[in-house]
Amino acid sequence: MTITLDSKIPDGPVADKWTKYKFDRKLVNPANRRKYDIIVVGTGLAGGAAAATLGEQGYNVKAFTFHDSARRAHSIAAQGGINAAKNYKGDGDSVFRLFYDTVKGGDFRAREANVYRLAEESVRIIDQMTAQGVPFAREYGGLLDNRSFGGAQVSRTFYARGQTGQQLLLGVYSQLSRQVGLGNVTLHNRTELVDVVVVDGRAAGIVVRDLLTGEVTSHSAHAVVLATGGYSNAFFLSTNAMACNVTAAWRAHRRGAAFANPCYTQIHPTCIPQSDDFQSKLTLMSESLRNDGRIWCPKDPDETRPPEQIPEEDRDYYLERRYPSFGNLAPRDIASRAAKVVVDEGRGVGPLKNGVYLDFADAINRLGEGTIRERYGNLFEMYERITDESPYKQPMRIYPAVHYTMGGLWVDYELMTTVPGLYATGEANFSDHGANRLGASALMQGLADGYFVLPNTISNYLAPQLGTQPVPTDHPEFQAAEATARDRFAGYLAIGGTRSPDAFHQQLGRIMWDYCGMERTKEGLEKALSEIPALHEEFRKDLRVTGSGEATNQTLEKAGRVDDFFELAQVMCLDALTREESCGGHFRGEHQTDEGEAERDDEHFAHVAAWEWTGDPANPTRHVEPLEFADVHLAVRSYK
Amino acid sequence: MRELNLTLKVWRQDGPNVAGHFDVIAAPGINDEMSFLEMLDLVNERLINEGKEAIVFDHDCREGICGTCSLMINGQAHGPQKGTATCQLHMRKFTDGEEIVIEPWRATAFPIVKDLMVDRAAFDRIVEAGGFITAETGGAPDANLIPIPKPVADSAMDAAACIGCGACVAACPNSAGQLFTAAKVSHLNLLPQGQAERYQRVEAMVDTMEDFFGSCTNHGECEEACPKEISIDFIALMNKDYLAAKFKNRRLIARS
Repeated sequence: MTITLDSKIPDGPVADKWTKYKFDRKLVNPANRRKYDIIVVGTGLAGGAAAATLGEQGYNVKAFTFHDSARRAHSIAAQGGINAAKNYKGDGDSVFRLFYDTVKGGDFRAREANVYRLAEESVRIIDQMTAQGVPFAREYGGLLDNRSFGGAQVSRTFYARGQTGQQLLLGVYSQLSRQVGLGNVTLHNRTELVDVVVVDGRAAGIVVRDLLTGEVTSHSAHAVVLATGGYSNAFFLSTNAMACNVTAAWRAHRRGAAFANPCYTQIHPTCIPQSDDFQSKLTLMSESLRNDGRIWCPKDPDETRPPEQIPEEDRDYYLERRYPSFGNLAPRDIASRAAKVVVDEGRGVGPLKNGVYLDFADAINRLGEGTIRERYGNLFEMYERITDESPYKQPMRIYPAVHYTMGGLWVDYELMTTVPGLYATGEANFSDHGANRLGASALMQGLADGYFVLPNTISNYLAPQLGTQPVPTDHPEFQAAEATARDRFAGYLAIGGTRSPDAFHQQLGRIMWDYCGMERTKEGLEKALSEIPALHEEFRKDLRVTGSGEATNQTLEKAGRVDDFFELAQVMCLDALTREESCGGHFRGEHQTDEGEAERDDEHFAHVAAWEWTGDPANPTRHVEPLEFADVHLAVRSYK
Repeated sequence: MRELNLTLKVWRQDGPNVAGHFDVIAAPGINDEMSFLEMLDLVNERLINEGKEAIVFDHDCREGICGTCSLMINGQAHGPQKGTATCQLHMRKFTDGEEIVIEPWRATAFPIVKDLMVDRAAFDRIVEAGGFITAETGGAPDANLIPIPKPVADSAMDAAACIGCGACVAACPNSAGQLFTAAKVSHLNLLPQGQAERYQRVEAMVDTMEDFFGSCTNHGECEEACPKEISIDFIALMNKDYLAAKFKNRRLIARS
C-alpha cells in the first residue's frame, strides 16, 4: 500500500474551519446508530470519553483495557492541571491566544487547524467536566480558580489539587461506567490488543489476548479507535506507568498506519533522580515548584560540602545566569538541557552526582515555612517519602526524565490514520503539540479528542456504510492474525534463553537515553542504529520467559511489549537522524546557536515526517506533510 | 545506603480455584533506597534467572495515584507506613534480617486471580449502579453558572481522592465495602450537580455494595489503612443519605 498524507483540512479562515466541518460532515440518524459497532482500545481520557460519548449517541461500543479497571489508565497520574481559554480571570485570554501559545510552544511543528480546534473545544471541556462533578479548585466566592503554567502569560489552568488527571479520569470513568451499566458499552478488562486487522484496505477489527487465560480472540467492527497513550517507556526509565507501551500503535503501524514524528519526546526537567540500578521508574515533581524554588549546582566539580554549607559565591544558579528574564521558569526543554550540561560537566549533586538542587531556602526565609507548606506540602511529603530527605531542611535534588511523547500515529483532521476506519486519539496520535507540549495541555487534548472531536468526525466515515455488516471474525485475515499472535507468544516462551524481558528493556532504554535522549548527534544516533538491531537479535535468541501462556503471566506480557519497543526505537532514531535541525524536544548537537540554543531550520524541516512500515524496521519509508503557518508567524523562541 | 538481608514469605496461588501456599524466598542484598515494589521486581528478576516463575502482583503508576497496587504486608494493608500505598513504601522502613509476610487482599468480594493479584471488579459494579452524574456530552452549561462554596468543593474533593485500591476492604474484619462506596457517594452527593440523582444514587450503590461485601460494624480499620486517609465520616454521610433515600424514594413512588 502506498501512503498518501491527505490532512483533509477544511477550507476557510482558521476560526471557521471546525464549524464548517461539523456542518458539512455526513451524519448517522439516531435510529440507525445501533446498527454500527465501534471498537475503542484504551480507557484513559481520550478512549474513555470517546467510548462513553459514542455509547450515549447510540452506537454499539466495545471498549478494551489491559488494566483491571477502566479507572487505572495513566491519564490518572497527571498532576498540574488542564488549560482552557475561559478567560475567567479577565486577563486577556482567548481561543486565539491559547491557539497561538500552543503553536509557538510546539516550536512551530504542529498543524494550525488542529490546534485551533483544540483551543476552541477547551472551553467546553471545563463545562462538561464540571457538570459531571469533577471537583475543580474554587475561590471562596464559589467560582472556579485558575493557576499559571509555563509558556503562557495568562492564568488559564484549571486544577483539582495536585491530582487533576485523577479527577478528570474519574469523571470520564463515571460516564463510561454509566454506559456500561446501561448496556451501550461492553467493557473488556485485562485484555490486550495484539494485532489490528485490515481487510480490503479498511480497518476490520482487532485481535486481543486475555491476560488472565492467554486466550487469543478477534473482535470486528465498522471502525476501530486506538486511544492507547504514548511510548515514553521505550527509554525504560520514564515517568510513565509501568505498563505503558507502544504495542497497539505499533501493531497498527505494521498494518499500514504511518507513524509521525517519533523523535519528538518530552523530557520533564523536575523529576527525582535515579537512586540505584534497580530503579523501575522515575517520579515527577510538579512544574509549579519552580515558582518558588531556585535551581543551582556547585561551581566546583569536586565540591564535597553539604548544600547548606556551600556559600553563595561557590554556587551556580545557572538558569538565572543564562536566562535572566525567565530564570527558573524557563520552558521544559530549555531547563532540561541546562541541567544536563552541568551534570555532564561533573557538577551534579547527590550520591550518584546525577542531579541538581532545587532550593527553597530563600522562599522559606522570605515567606515563612507555613506559606511554602500550604503551596507545596503534598509534593514535599511525596519527595520525603521517596528520598527520606526533607525539602524544608535541605534542597530537593532533581533531574530531567522522559515524560511524554508528542509523536504518534499520523492522523488527518478527522483523527483517522492512514488506514481507513482506524482512528487514533490522545497521546497515541501526533497531531496537536508539535515538537514540544506545554504543561496542562495533554489532558486538554485527550478530552477534546474523546468528547468533542472523534464523536463528530467518525460519522463521516460510518454514514456511507449503512446496511453493511462488520467483517466476520472467521474471515481468513482474522484467522491469520490470530495464528500469528499465538505463534508470537508461544515463540517467546520457547526461546528458553537466559535473560528476562526486563533485562533487555533496561539495556534498550540505556541506548535510547544515551543516544536519542536530551541531546542527539549524528554519530550517537548512528551508533544506536547499529546497536539496537544487534540487541534485538540477542533478544530473539536469548530471551527467557518463565511460566506458561495459559494463565496470568506478566513476564510474557512484558516480552511482547519490549519486542515492539525494539522496532519503534529504530524509527525514533531514524527520525531523529533525518531531522537535521533542533526543535522543541528534539535537540541535535550539530544544530545549535553559538550560545547553545536550539536552531530550527524552517526552510527544510517545517513539515511532519510520517514513516511507513516496509517490513524491515531498519528501512521504513519517510513521507512528508508540509506545514503551513497562515495565522501564526514563524519566529525564533527566545527566553533570555 | 544500607543493605538488607530479608526473608520473604509470599503467598503463591496458581489460579482462582486452586489451593495456595506460602513460598519462603530469601532476598539478600536489598538496597534500602528501593521501593517495596522495586524489591519485588528484583526478587522476580532473580526468580527468572533461576528458571522459576515470577511472583504475580498488580501495580502500575508507582506514584500512589492509580490504585492498582495492593498487598498485605505483615498483616497490614499497604504495609506499615500510614497514608502510603505499597508503591510509595520504601525498604528503609524495614530492618536487616526481617521476615516479611506478603499476602494478597483477603476478601470474598475480591477473588484471587493468581499469587498476589485479586479481582476488584465488584468496585466497578458499584460505580456502574450509580456512581455518576447523568450529564451526557454536549449539553453542559457554563462551568461558572453554579457557584460552589469552597468548603463544599473541598469536602467533595476529600472524598473524590479515593484511588479504589481496596485496602479498606482488605483491612476490615468484615470485608465491608463501606469506605469505598461512601467516598464515591459523598463526592457526588455533596455537590450541587449531584442533587438530582442524590437519593437514587445512594440507594443503588449501597444495594449493589451489599451484593458483594460484608457489613460495617464501625471498626475504623478502613480509615487507618486508607493510603489517601479518607475519613469514615463519609460513611456516616452515606448512611444518612441512604436512610433518607428509603423515605424519599418511597414517597416518589407513592406520588406516581
